[in-house]
Amino acid sequence: MTAAKPGSNHQRTIFICQGTGCVSGKSFDITAALSRAAKEQGLAGVNVDFTGCHGFCEQGPVAIVEPDGIFYSQVTVADVPEIVQSHLRDGKPVERLFYKDPVTGEAIPHHRDIKFYSKQQRIILRNIGRINPERVDDYIAMGGYESLKKVLKEMTPGQVIAEIKRSGLRGRGGAGFPTGTKWEFCHNAAGDQKYMVCNADEGDPGAFMDRSTMEGDPHTVLEGMTIAAYAIGATEGYIYIRAEYPLAVKRVRLALQQSEEKGFLGDNILGSGFSLRIHVKEGAGAFVCGEETALLASIEGKRGMPRSRPPFPANSGLWGKPTTINNVKSLATVPVIIARGADWYAATGTEKSKGTCVFALTGKIANSGLIEVPMGIKLREIIYEIGGGIPGNKKFKAVQTGGPSGGCLPESYLDQSVDYESLAAAGSMMGSGGMVVMDEETCMVDVARFFLSFTQAESCGKCVPCRVGTKQMLDILERICRGEGKPEDMDILQELGQNVKVGSLCGLGQTAPNPVLTTLRYFRHEYEAHINEKRCPALSCTSLTSYFILPDKCQGCGICLRNCPVGCIAGDKRMVHIIDQEKCIKCGTCLDVCPERFNAVLKVSGETIEVPAAPVPVTAGKPAAAAASQKE
Amino acid sequence: MSDITLTINGREVKANRGMTVLEAAQAADIYIPTLCHYPDLEPYGGCRLCLVEIEKMRGLPTACTTPAADGMVVTTGSAAIDSVRHASLELILTTHPCDCLECHRRHRCGPYDVCLRHVAVTDRCVTCPANEDCELQQVVDYVGVHKLRIPRDTRPREIDASNPFFTIDRNRCILCARCVRACQEITCIGTIDMSYRGYAMKVSTFGDLPLIETDCGSCGECMVRCPVGAMFPKDIIRPEREVRTVCTYCGVGCSMYLGVKDGKITGVRGVREGPVNHGRLCVKGRFGIAEFVNHPDRLTTPLIRKNGRFEEASWEEALDLVVARLGKYRGDEVAVISSAKSTNEDNYVMQKLARAVLGTNNVDHCARL
Repeated sequence: MTAAKPGSNHQRTIFICQGTGCVSGKSFDITAALSRAAKEQGLAGVNVDFTGCHGFCEQGPVAIVEPDGIFYSQVTVADVPEIVQSHLRDGKPVERLFYKDPVTGEAIPHHRDIKFYSKQQRIILRNIGRINPERVDDYIAMGGYESLKKVLKEMTPGQVIAEIKRSGLRGRGGAGFPTGTKWEFCHNAAGDQKYMVCNADEGDPGAFMDRSTMEGDPHTVLEGMTIAAYAIGATEGYIYIRAEYPLAVKRVRLALQQSEEKGFLGDNILGSGFSLRIHVKEGAGAFVCGEETALLASIEGKRGMPRSRPPFPANSGLWGKPTTINNVKSLATVPVIIARGADWYAATGTEKSKGTCVFALTGKIANSGLIEVPMGIKLREIIYEIGGGIPGNKKFKAVQTGGPSGGCLPESYLDQSVDYESLAAAGSMMGSGGMVVMDEETCMVDVARFFLSFTQAESCGKCVPCRVGTKQMLDILERICRGEGKPEDMDILQELGQNVKVGSLCGLGQTAPNPVLTTLRYFRHEYEAHINEKRCPALSCTSLTSYFILPDKCQGCGICLRNCPVGCIAGDKRMVHIIDQEKCIKCGTCLDVCPERFNAVLKVSGETIEVPAAPVPVTAGKPAAAAASQKE
Repeated sequence: MSDITLTINGREVKANRGMTVLEAAQAADIYIPTLCHYPDLEPYGGCRLCLVEIEKMRGLPTACTTPAADGMVVTTGSAAIDSVRHASLELILTTHPCDCLECHRRHRCGPYDVCLRHVAVTDRCVTCPANEDCELQQVVDYVGVHKLRIPRDTRPREIDASNPFFTIDRNRCILCARCVRACQEITCIGTIDMSYRGYAMKVSTFGDLPLIETDCGSCGECMVRCPVGAMFPKDIIRPEREVRTVCTYCGVGCSMYLGVKDGKITGVRGVREGPVNHGRLCVKGRFGIAEFVNHPDRLTTPLIRKNGRFEEASWEEALDLVVARLGKYRGDEVAVISSAKSTNEDNYVMQKLARAVLGTNNVDHCARL
């Protein structure tokens, strides 16, 4: 651990996570309260510090006490006095705040024993959660900027490129193009000025690995970028960060300043004669600007629209000059490869996909958060071991990888290896690393509709298949979800989806139909149920579901009637209540409020339950219910 | 000149370095359908109709954006290409009035004929200014779309008729962006651009103001590039024939074709081969010629003031009078005002006359029109 300031003699350091997730859980306040309490208690040997995102956002705000290695989850400001007095002062950890295993219920005090972490292999996220991202010295103490020194002092650009090529590193932005080869193209391109661009316009809903990397370890991105710029011969660099990441922007700007002060950036870096200036460009909220040519147009001040390639940015990029664009995670990997060698890196992963990948694990999963796993890991290991399985004893239905344009893979693919080729073969993709888990209550038609509604809204509008095609597909899906699907819809969706995929200009349109095409492929029966039987098997599509109060179970307590927001329930004390199906808005409140012991409200799809036309006394169903309760 | 050789549809084709695949094909008279491409605009790749197959290239690249290279083997039609091309065209047609495309009577209908298809008046082919001159119609005829399997979006979109010379009817717009690119690349003003995202994208001005309230110079370069009649001049009369001439509005000397019908000028078109303007015209040349040439107040003979009233005279009479009067003055007693509508050569001669013959530097012009 490095956080202890040199020369000081701290006994304990408490690290509070200050990634965006934990910050929204008031971790700024917690940090302030801890500092105040430690001061009040006169704990001179206690250091209160903060780090970037630990990835376990589900359990946030999180804190780690070192050197004990104690991991506290879901900390609140109210917990601060107890932590300070019991643990920091008396050395007795607060068991109440330990993480509890979702399967066994066992309290786990140590960070390293938590399954969420123990199965991970952290290369990109190696420093995050272990250093203070706002102190360059922390990064240097972890071996930071050593790779840059090595590159500038001992290696030629050609050697750097060869090393990266040998490591097998592929672009972590999603497409998986070999990073070394990309650098080589740009290195070989003729041009008086070259540019190095870091793509930090992470836009997938629910994905936050680039944000976490920049918030938790900004210097590693800068170091990777400087090495890349040296390799291609660029003297100007841009980091394109979405403006919706204010904390990342702040920390990257701070890191740039610190890096320049230390001489790792600017003119004549480390006396090598190599100079690089890096500028921060904040995005203006367009998802499509994550596409490299749209990103370049945006930096140039134009409307963020992609253009056709060739010419590739390596030959004609920013302002027509040779340009390399790398994702945050690709660049964060570079210093490790230089430091530990290409062979070390290539030892992890599969034959064609080397190293590790970061996923934002979310959806119907016990441990949602940010994880880094070796390439080639099985989906099952991610979901059931790291993710802790599906909460509430629900059944797994599908997992979507690769963000909103990824495909939905069914249970039969759980033993699928996670790498670029395997996921593409299954109709999905690596993407920038979103992973959404869905359980049996998720309607796959609705999922396809949801993701398409995102990509459709984010289409830039330049090319016809993406602009109009996704809109037409979305209209069809919305119709199906409303129960107005026609038998030919599935064929039209399939054909249109395929044509949009092949015909679109950029990656957005080329992948937008993936959720539709994969759900058609793996969950066709759900489409058929919606279209032919007007039934939503997952009971999720509102237009196709209805609520009924079972006459033999209703006890006439009236709680549903009182809570119904539209007053569509008729009934009286000790009378069987009836829902007016015409008026019902299907909000599900009646089902939620009906006492569990009565369990009288039923949600169905595609069927009708026989109910009396008007409220009747509850005596009708009473003997059976009474007999059942007597038995118990 | 030809320095590279491509094979297109099995035929060897010569082309120049720097050409795109589409340009190489067009130079060899090989038709590839396209709607967003325009010869003097930068490649765009938006309509996706010019997709081709190129050996050793992934997917279906667009011919309009792909640089032609020596030894390239290109195929412009295949089952895969046709499928995507057909789909893209169908999608374009869902946003454009297209009943005419299914109609076999299209070529026979006159402007006032009754539409047998019960098509809304605004959607009828005969009410479209681009009817029979529509690039979309040509592409549809080539690709062969006869029926839409997906519903057409008939929601009304905004019409901007604020400009006195031309109208933007977004109901016909297929968002090929030719107009926007012309305004940015040719005129270098950038009055119009694409605004909003995805399906909501439209051609608009800054702040969505009517065109007349913007810095639009009304040159109409956008309008002439519209393939479908979404931008069209307010006065549309189809000419019987065209006469090539040089614009008389200023000294630049833009080449133009005057459309003529019944002895009157009906419209103006720039001459692409014109060395001065490469087909471009300004608002005066494009929209101002017909009005002033056909105007009843236009002077067609010289006038001489006699007894306090102007009377028509012949050129000989008028010039004799000028010569006689000018001889009475010397040097700075005279001033010469020349016309900016004359050519540079004429104006040069005029100032020479003033300085060398009349002996005065009092020379000015009326370019402050």
